[in-house]
Amino acid sequence: MVTTAESKTRQPWVSTANPCHQCRPLGATVAFQGIEGCVPFLHGSQGCATYMRRYLISHFREPVDIASSSVSEKEAVWGGGPALRQGLRNVTEKYGAKVVGVATTCLTETTGEDMGMLLHEWRKDIATNPLAVAEPDVVSVPCPSYDGTHMDGFHGAVRALTQHFAQKCAPHGGIALFPGFVSPADLRHLREIQAAFGLHGTLVPDYADRLDGPALAEAGPLPEGGTTVEAMRALPGCKASIEFGRTISDKLSGAAFLESEWNVPRRTLGMPIGIRESDAFFAAMEELSGRETPADWQHERGRLIDACVDAHKYLAGRTAVVFGDEDLAIGLVAFLTEIGIKTTLVVSGGKSGKLKDGIERVTRSFLEEMPRILADADFRDMEECAESQMADLFIGHSKGYKLARRRDVPLVRVGFPLHDRFGGQRQLHVGWRGALGLLDNIVNTILEKRQDDSPVGYSYL
Amino acid sequence: MNAEGIAVFSERKKQILVAGSPNAGSISCDQPSLAGAVSQRACVFCGARVVLYPIADAIHIVHGPIGCAAYTWDIRGALSSGPELHRISFSTDMQEKEVIFGGEKKLEAALRELIAKYQPKGAFVYSTCVAGVIGDDIEGVCKKIEKDVSIPVIAVKSEGFKGNKRAGYSAACQALDKLVGTGDTTGISPLSINILGDFNLAGEIWLIRSYYEKMGLQVVANITGDGRIDDIRKSHGAALNVVQCSGATMELARYMEEKHKVPNIRVSYFGIEDMAESLYAVARHFQDIDYQVMERAKKIVAEELKELVPEMKALKKRLQGKTAAVYVGGAFKAFSLIKAFRHLGMRVTLVGSQTGTDADYREIQDACDPGTVIVDDTNPLELGGFLKNNDVDILVGGVKERPIAYKLGIGFCDHNHERKIALEGFLGMRNFAREVAATVESPIWRLVPRRIGRTTAGTSLSTDFVQPRVEAPATKET
Repeated sequence: MVTTAESKTRQPWVSTANPCHQCRPLGATVAFQGIEGCVPFLHGSQGCATYMRRYLISHFREPVDIASSSVSEKEAVWGGGPALRQGLRNVTEKYGAKVVGVATTCLTETTGEDMGMLLHEWRKDIATNPLAVAEPDVVSVPCPSYDGTHMDGFHGAVRALTQHFAQKCAPHGGIALFPGFVSPADLRHLREIQAAFGLHGTLVPDYADRLDGPALAEAGPLPEGGTTVEAMRALPGCKASIEFGRTISDKLSGAAFLESEWNVPRRTLGMPIGIRESDAFFAAMEELSGRETPADWQHERGRLIDACVDAHKYLAGRTAVVFGDEDLAIGLVAFLTEIGIKTTLVVSGGKSGKLKDGIERVTRSFLEEMPRILADADFRDMEECAESQMADLFIGHSKGYKLARRRDVPLVRVGFPLHDRFGGQRQLHVGWRGALGLLDNIVNTILEKRQDDSPVGYSYL
Repeated sequence: MNAEGIAVFSERKKQILVAGSPNAGSISCDQPSLAGAVSQRACVFCGARVVLYPIADAIHIVHGPIGCAAYTWDIRGALSSGPELHRISFSTDMQEKEVIFGGEKKLEAALRELIAKYQPKGAFVYSTCVAGVIGDDIEGVCKKIEKDVSIPVIAVKSEGFKGNKRAGYSAACQALDKLVGTGDTTGISPLSINILGDFNLAGEIWLIRSYYEKMGLQVVANITGDGRIDDIRKSHGAALNVVQCSGATMELARYMEEKHKVPNIRVSYFGIEDMAESLYAVARHFQDIDYQVMERAKKIVAEELKELVPEMKALKKRLQGKTAAVYVGGAFKAFSLIKAFRHLGMRVTLVGSQTGTDADYREIQDACDPGTVIVDDTNPLELGGFLKNNDVDILVGGVKERPIAYKLGIGFCDHNHERKIALEGFLGMRNFAREVAATVESPIWRLVPRRIGRTTAGTSLSTDFVQPRVEAPATKET
């Protein structure tokens, strides 16, 4: 439970209070949204699907349909095969699913459902009792909620999708990009960057259009968009892969699979947040495309540096507590370190065991003192840390609001979930442009607090 | 409109009917959800959690993996006038080790540390799917701890897969039943009631209590909005149980009638007639003891209406002829909403609920106009299909229904537990009317692709809502 030397002083609670992470299947349902024609499907109790839909809808403000096998007592005892088959049939025939992404849940993992056998029975079933429409690809991923977090579910589903679809194909010079759990705005920005370098990239997954779609005159049962099945099948023909995230374990990494099974060279980068982490991504794009970063984009970087210079006095000596998913937190700390904000505490519900290394890597040579790191932690742990009592700023998702309010510390909202603000799906985090937006947000948050707290009420800041 | 027109799944045909049509009468309901249909329902745990959640001086600990606790953290706007322990999300965050070797030890240790640290007046321990499957003896752990502490520690049998949300209501009522009858009832007035089935969303129970207190009645226990353990323990001393949201708490009222001879009446605080009739029904119960209770009730209603009616009339003029679809969790809300829309000159063309019973659906059929579609346990495909084919101006539902409406360019009113606006009482009716106008009359519908040229939505009215007083009666301070 305790992963760093420093956190030994932490009160050893048995219970969890106000969690900083969600359960494994939630992440899988998000990843499955990123494949065209895919219906996420939970093999478990009806409540899981409904709770996760509500949780995701409150963030994305879009329809989020997640099917369920609605396992009841009967199926828990006698096996959920019939319910799974009925559910698969319904989503295929009624939703027109081309792909069904099945995540197991704590219930079906505990009752010991053998997904390999159940899917074999499903194929037998549709052979004798044909579907009214074409057979979908059924991709399953184990999601025992009692092991890991939503991020493991997300990466696990990405890996399962990659593994399921990958097939022999001629080299096509494309790039496989595994962005991790980023926002729809981030995904669009990544598409734009790839295009700027003339690269044909496949984002795995790409839920930008499904979880942030337009108003339509005519809406079908499934939202449009997502990485196509054809592009997924052609992943082994890519000349390289890039994955964002230094805490992903190899066995949950789609990029690792492409490398070991299909010899697609893998580049693991940090989430490209801030200057240096974005530079590393653009450097990779230059190398893979053989082109220099286009002038417009170099200017974007220049404007970011210029803005950081303009801002540095407002930020000097400020302290921040960063919380949320591990790879996002590492990227945020990288950027804060560059702009002169001292991160004193990093809190994550994640349990990869790699958070400390990641933070060390992005703060080394910039910071005299490492931030205190609490991995596998919750908001009660955060509350009990002296660092959270002294901070000028919290940076993380909405669930930190209650503590921020009690402490009267401003909260800069990033990542997922954003349940108490508008536009979480449109928040850009990655690239130089994302860093610039984040910088404006941070500086203005600090200025607003200073202005509001001031008895003078300065008009110029 | 015929029922088959909206039935997307052949298995669900019997869960849909049209009021006044030859197939009207009995609807198939209270069934497990159809696999793969994307039901809007949750699970047993959800039902139990929503009913018990507002008890503010108890800790609520979820025994299972983190999800069930994470997704229900601060999920309802159930307000408290004092302690706020209910707003902390406690879990045993069960790990693989516990799934294999059992989670009782971890649960026991978690409970002991939490009771020591937070000093609650009680503890509710919710069972989840996994805890049920591995057979943890939660009741045994609770009993063991109860011997060492001076508070009730209550196991809630809420394994998610063991039925639907209704089964969760039942699990919650059984848990509450263990509390009722354990407190001292000395000094409780013969003119006294318990308020059941109100969860104090947006401070609603404070509003309702104020009506009853103006009538001269003592409110012994709020069950469960702004609820307190000690109040519930002595609630059997009240002379009457006034039950709203009957699906959720009627079972407890029945236990109290059997064991403690507390009679009950069913009420609804939504809409003008239902709100007024609730006060009159309670007054009638006490008229032999104190005839003035009725006089006071009439006075409250008269005063409130004097304020409410002019605005309702003005809004009705603007909303006349508009149409609505209603899909809510419990059926009781649907009855009241049909009447509330009539006051606004609006027609309801679809009514549905997640957990209605046969009796509920018969009552709905009697209440609505012929031709109204009635659905049980619907799903996004069906609901979306209906909304596409029938031009309604507003959908009333919860967070999960909201994007279905918005994607189709239809107004929406949140009538579920995430709303922050009081919709109960006379003040709530005014808020509801304003909320309906605010969404139906938005100018954006003129620009939404699906409705371009089909609507003449006008300028929105002010969306300032009237909030009930946020401080509780002094007697409630703990």
